[in-house]
Amino acid sequence: MSEELRSAVAAGVLGAEEHHRSLLQSIVEVARAIFGAKASSIFLLDEANDELVFEAVAGEGAGTLVGRRFPSSTGIAGWVLVTQQPLVLENVADDPRFGREAAESTGFVPKAVMAVPLLHEERSLGVLEVLDRPQDVPFTLAEMELLAQFANQAAIALDLLQRARRAHAALADDGELALLARLAASLEGNEAGLQLLAALEAVVRGSD
Amino acid sequence: MSEPLPAWSLPADAVDRIALPRDWPEHVTRDWAWGGATGAGVRVCILDSGIEPGHPDVGAVQESVAIRMDGDETIVEPDAEGDVAGHGTACAGIVRTFAPACELVSVRVLGAGYAGSGPVLLEGLRWAVEQGFDVINMSLSTTKQKFAALLHELTDSAYFRRTMLVASAHNMPVESYPWRFASVISVGSHERADPFAFFYNPTPPVEFFARGVNVEVPWLGGATYVCTGNSFATPHISGLAALVLSKHGDLTPFQLKSVLYLTASNVGGEA
Repeated sequence: MSEELRSAVAAGVLGAEEHHRSLLQSIVEVARAIFGAKASSIFLLDEANDELVFEAVAGEGAGTLVGRRFPSSTGIAGWVLVTQQPLVLENVADDPRFGREAAESTGFVPKAVMAVPLLHEERSLGVLEVLDRPQDVPFTLAEMELLAQFANQAAIALDLLQRARRAHAALADDGELALLARLAASLEGNEAGLQLLAALEAVVRGSD
Repeated sequence: MSEPLPAWSLPADAVDRIALPRDWPEHVTRDWAWGGATGAGVRVCILDSGIEPGHPDVGAVQESVAIRMDGDETIVEPDAEGDVAGHGTACAGIVRTFAPACELVSVRVLGAGYAGSGPVLLEGLRWAVEQGFDVINMSLSTTKQKFAALLHELTDSAYFRRTMLVASAHNMPVESYPWRFASVISVGSHERADPFAFFYNPTPPVEFFARGVNVEVPWLGGATYVCTGNSFATPHISGLAALVLSKHGDLTPFQLKSVLYLTASNVGGEA
């Protein structure tokens, strides 16, 4: 078994989810910094429950919102997820209903929301939001392009996170894959074990 | 409208049956196209998140239906919820600023969950095409290939039935539908503030650019937002189409698209 394959399987079992979560966190931190915004969040679509879940938050709400859930096809994030189109909305604090919902879900009432779908192949994986960019300069199409580029990066990270979670789930059960993964993980630095596996491989191949 | 011909050919004695008005001006101007028009007599469908009832910037909504899933079935029913996001109200408001006297009908395809959103969108469009609206505003699209063929059939069917489908181009470089089909008018954004400024794009698939940046629109709770996105550019073209059709009711989608081309800001219209 190659070093790369062993590392790959071990990473699937061990800390991949943490690494991908840090990548998502880094994306929202950078999005917030580049746009000079008050906050930025990534929502992941939980397909089993048809809900959006806060997966990473930078700025206002960081530390308290991750894991919070809301319906997948209503509100601004829901519209963006379902229609797969970005939206940029300003003066949103004028809407009492939005203000109440935002305060409940984010802890503050933003004045502006930029929301963009996270698209991977044919699917919407989630939504990236950037809240309260500076209001003294009007929004431009160049910023829309930048937002789309961020969304592309975030979608790749979100896809990796979902793959890691699926791998983790597959490896955590009692199936054949889990057995192989446990075996691979236990071979880390175990020469005798590797020799045994090599011998086993020769036997298995010989019996083909 | 003349009686449809029975076959895919034109017998000599049938030529008179498809006689068309010949009073087109030498130069099609905006004044000829929609001068004095109000949208009266034109039915515009907003296929979106619903329309908030009683919003002062939208006015009367003639009918509101919602599409939902019941198991594997899609159901069309009267909509009691209004707008579940605010976006449909925004689109209706933009159409209303152009065509104050048009009829507005809301088809809500949002709110039934993400999982069923593809079939709900298709059923909403199918229902709207069957109703024979003059204009359908569709500020949304799908990236799912498996819906592309059905959407294509529906948009062609709308085109042949004289329903002008106006669809948002995607703001991001992804393949999505139905805006890429030639039987619809696809709309992207320009940055100018003039609501009547619109541009024909000689290198499609995006055919027209309309005002889509920092647009004041009605939103939920009687609020007004300032919004950006191709989804707000689209109802500008729907509104103009409603105006043109209220003055020239016999235009086919092909003719209507030609009138919009001839009156675009970079063609014959005022820039």
